[in-house]
Amino acid sequence: MTSVAILSPSVGLHSLARFRARPSTVFSLVIVALVLVAAVAPGLLASGTPTQIDLTNALAPPSWAHPFGTDEAGRDLLTRVIYGTRLSLGIGLGATGIAMSLALVFGFAAGLVGGVLDTVITRVLEVFFAFPALLAALLVIAIFGPSVKTSIVAVGIGSMPGYARMVRGQVINVKQAGYIEAAHALGHSRWKVIRRHLFPNAMRPLVAVMTLGVGQSIVWASSLAFLGLGVPPPSPEWGALLDAGRLYITTSWWLEILPGLVIVLVALAVTSLGRTMQHRLEGASR
Amino acid sequence: MTTLAPDLLPSVSTRPLPARTSVRAARRVGFKVVSAVLVLIAAASVTFFAQLVIPGDRATTILNLQNGREQKWSTAELAPVNDRFGFDHPLIAQYLDYVGGFFKGDLGTSYTQFRPVTSVIGAQIVPSLVLTIGALVVAWIIALVVTLVTVKRGRFVSGAGSSVEAFTASLPHYWVGVILLVVFAVKIPIFPVIGGDGLWGTVLPVLTLAIPLSGFLGQVTRDEFDKVLDQPFIVTARARGMGDTGIRLRHALRHAVLPAITLSGWALGALISGAVIAENIFGRPGIGQVLVTAVNTRDVPTVSGIVLVVAAVYIVANLLVDLAYALVDPRLRAS
Amino acid sequence: MTVAVSRKTPKHETSNERSREVTAGQPLLKVENLRVAFGNTEVVKGISFSAKAGRCLAIVGESGSGKSVTARTLVGLTGDGGRVESDRLELGGTDLRTLDERTWRGIRGNEIGFVLQDALLSLDQLRRVGDEVGEPLKLHGWGDRRSRPERVVELLDSVGVPEPEMRAKQRPYELSGGLRQRALIASAIALDPRLVIADEPTTALDVTVQAQVLDLLAASKERGTAIVLISHDLSVVARLADEVAVMRDGEIVEYGETSKVLRDPQHEYTRTLIDAVPSEHTRGIRLVRGTTPSAPRTRRPIDRGRPLLEGRHLTKVYRGPDGVDRTVVDDVSFELFAGETLGIVGESGSGKTTTARIALAMLEPEGGDVLLRGEPWTTLSVRERRPLRSRVGVVYQDPLSSFDPRWTVERILADALSRGPNPPSGAAARKERVVELLEKVGLGAHQLEAGPLRLSGGQRQRVAIARALAPEPEIIVCDEPVSALDVSVQAQVLDLLTDLQDDLGVSYVFISHDLGVIHHMSDRVLVMKDGKVVERGTADDIFTRPQDPYTQRLLTALPRLEQAS
Repeated sequence: MTSVAILSPSVGLHSLARFRARPSTVFSLVIVALVLVAAVAPGLLASGTPTQIDLTNALAPPSWAHPFGTDEAGRDLLTRVIYGTRLSLGIGLGATGIAMSLALVFGFAAGLVGGVLDTVITRVLEVFFAFPALLAALLVIAIFGPSVKTSIVAVGIGSMPGYARMVRGQVINVKQAGYIEAAHALGHSRWKVIRRHLFPNAMRPLVAVMTLGVGQSIVWASSLAFLGLGVPPPSPEWGALLDAGRLYITTSWWLEILPGLVIVLVALAVTSLGRTMQHRLEGASR
Repeated sequence: MTTLAPDLLPSVSTRPLPARTSVRAARRVGFKVVSAVLVLIAAASVTFFAQLVIPGDRATTILNLQNGREQKWSTAELAPVNDRFGFDHPLIAQYLDYVGGFFKGDLGTSYTQFRPVTSVIGAQIVPSLVLTIGALVVAWIIALVVTLVTVKRGRFVSGAGSSVEAFTASLPHYWVGVILLVVFAVKIPIFPVIGGDGLWGTVLPVLTLAIPLSGFLGQVTRDEFDKVLDQPFIVTARARGMGDTGIRLRHALRHAVLPAITLSGWALGALISGAVIAENIFGRPGIGQVLVTAVNTRDVPTVSGIVLVVAAVYIVANLLVDLAYALVDPRLRAS
Repeated sequence: MTVAVSRKTPKHETSNERSREVTAGQPLLKVENLRVAFGNTEVVKGISFSAKAGRCLAIVGESGSGKSVTARTLVGLTGDGGRVESDRLELGGTDLRTLDERTWRGIRGNEIGFVLQDALLSLDQLRRVGDEVGEPLKLHGWGDRRSRPERVVELLDSVGVPEPEMRAKQRPYELSGGLRQRALIASAIALDPRLVIADEPTTALDVTVQAQVLDLLAASKERGTAIVLISHDLSVVARLADEVAVMRDGEIVEYGETSKVLRDPQHEYTRTLIDAVPSEHTRGIRLVRGTTPSAPRTRRPIDRGRPLLEGRHLTKVYRGPDGVDRTVVDDVSFELFAGETLGIVGESGSGKTTTARIALAMLEPEGGDVLLRGEPWTTLSVRERRPLRSRVGVVYQDPLSSFDPRWTVERILADALSRGPNPPSGAAARKERVVELLEKVGLGAHQLEAGPLRLSGGQRQRVAIARALAPEPEIIVCDEPVSALDVSVQAQVLDLLTDLQDDLGVSYVFISHDLGVIHHMSDRVLVMKDGKVVERGTADDIFTRPQDPYTQRLLTALPRLEQAS
């Protein structure tokens, strides 16, 4: 294996320079970069506009002019995908943000305080766990109706229990580490130890998890949309594209499969990055 | 471990079943069962709460849904609805009614169809369960075979296996389903496009669910397998003259599948979510259709009902896994 | 002489009936110029030795010497990526160099038995003990389904496992450490191999259990088995080995009869290793001696007025997961005077570490209290105690886990300095004091930027000691501070601790399971067993005139360098 740069404590650019990446990591970084550009400045990547209707060219298969083909109104699919990035990414980030925030609160409370609070929170999480993420999301949507906001909240709540448990696990792990006790033995106050040792060390692997989570959230949000319960067409949001494309699966397969492929690639890239980060951090902190 | 997986383990602690005191063992089992029942009650409470949280007055919402328009209704018009659903009873009474009803098999009344949720769901749950369980079995088989064959057989092969698993684990169900549909039902018409109930029509939906899960299970098992093969007791076994296949099958396998077994309880829940999608793609009967319609028509009791049933399945499944786990690995585990 | 390698040959004879084709003393295993390399690194650089029937050859070395790799190579399990070359590698006439995997499998377990350390890790915890012990029988086609379980029970009995039928049905974690290790040995000798290789077989064990396991191996030796013993512990080697080969950096630096090598070592490394072993003979002198004999310690007088740290009737009770209460510390009292070292010795589970943690006020006792300079210490509230914590420092067994993995050495020490009575002000002063500390423990300014991962075990422990010293404590509690270190590094750290005591007058509470270390370091000693103090006194009293039967047992079981016949 090519050398794994152990993240020496004097981190920063010094160690990044020694970072020799594997092809999969490079690939993932490229994709993530593209996604970010597409989200922030779609005009840089796409030539037309997502709403350019051209009925003479409806349902055209992929070609040089239209690499992703066109939809039933003649709109270039690739352009729509690019313009939809902002929404999809926004949903993914928003949902992960909500999930992580709640997870951090619950996880830290349970792990740090321990005792009764821990038991209560763990049991509550167990109950939440019983509701699979998608179904929990569906329940939220049934109550509040489908929209972008509901999608974000629904996916966020659905994915929260997994992260909460992870946070709790990490906090408990770190709490029992030798350096926590050593810090107490030196006479540091409890809050100081939490702030300087426990929190940073507990959060370290979670950053990688959050990256994984964004990919997952995008997938779930698009699953909701696929069922017709997310962002409605004619939005270029990826899930909405999937929803719209379902009618044409048997005839114009590209309308369904290519946006799906984009989602898969982005999810993969993000997941791969997350895993690489996790591996590095685990290696460094041993 | 490096994947999301281990922290999704159910927190019901796996305490050992001591070899001799069967009274203590029975007590532990009883404790776990009671625990599971409590969690069920809590889950039912959550779905009850979900019904309370609907914005606006419930009777108004029902009438609006019934008549397809939004308007204010007079007290006289709301009265029979309130009466029928018991909305004017004290909240505690409604709660106890609901939870008690759940244990008796009553999931409330649908807002749109005005009949018991249980009859709306009806026998539709069965094909979904068939799909789910079938997918779990197939996923396990795929994961085990791929992992056993490719783990620690040189960087190239095991790296490839690992990548394949990572790839399949990230695939969304709808995408796998659509690809399978397009390739194996449309382009190469082996399987029917509309699933139907028959065995042949079950293959593609089962694969749709099984493929991503197999990647996930495979990842977890492979990580554990890797770790196990580095342990000293494997060296001892080799030093006794055991060959590679024997080591993998007789020693390492049992250790490696432990985390995946624990995950299977969770996996069941995730599979049911996927079943909703798979049924949608392949036009298969099951709760998927019921669920999507219910969500679209804002029929909260039905959605709650289905979700609660799924939760119940998950809780029971986890209980069984937990008990089975203690049989496979009765070691003391620090919780 | 050919080695019967066919797997189909059923072996129904017991070891008594089997005729030995070699007489004791004849070389059985011949190794000449063995070289093992991984990638571009040569780990074993051309060593030669032989193992003789009925005799034990010990290969002694520290970590990185290549001894474990050698052991594994002798059974063909060098590991992935290892290249093995030798001029000769023979077992009783069979050339081991050209064997294919299939033939090796016939030899392993059958002609050669392998014993690893720590049966908790070396046995499959999910399988029954009987299955593990019987596995070699099954693999090599011995007996049938009915006779094998009987043979397993016989084997367990022969290694001294009581109630063998019941034990065979249990799993390894249900047995005590000693019984587990015996079961592991039973599985290695199941087919009565002519050669047994034991890689650190007693390292994880208590002293008394260690003695029993060594007896087992000695008995095997009597029966004509050749033993190759890998160890870092010279006392164990003295007890069991007839010949010893000292390895360093992949080479054998000395080779000969044990008694001769230990009494009159030729190579300076051997001399260093022997000198480094702490015992009653090394009290008051440095363990690291080099070529010039060192001067004895110049100790400060011990103030026997009022005790510096006093523990009174300490009791600690834990409630297990099954609801049963376990008294881990039972009415323990102790006194530590200024300038002295109080040693607490005991086997695992004796409660010594728990007592230490109570003394540090990191654990609250159910009963009793600890006074610091006559003032309450454990009865204070956490907040009241915090400013006083600088008076009591601690050094742990595993320094790596006691350092925040993200911090540099400089930050670790600067942080500790800030808790002292005169914290440095300003970055420059801070750095200066940190460098001062580092030099005091034998490190240098170039370690400032290092993270704990980059340091060696010995260096880490020095940093840990520096951290303990930073707030200028009166007492340092050392909890097994050298147990994880190589012998020579251990010697350096022990010398450092004694030097610091002579320079600074700091008092130690020194906890260890190693009697030799305790004897070397302590002025007074507490012997603990099952949470109670069974004997207390000066080090000399305890070790030369032990009163309590447990202490006596411990001392009898302790292998000593002088035992080499």
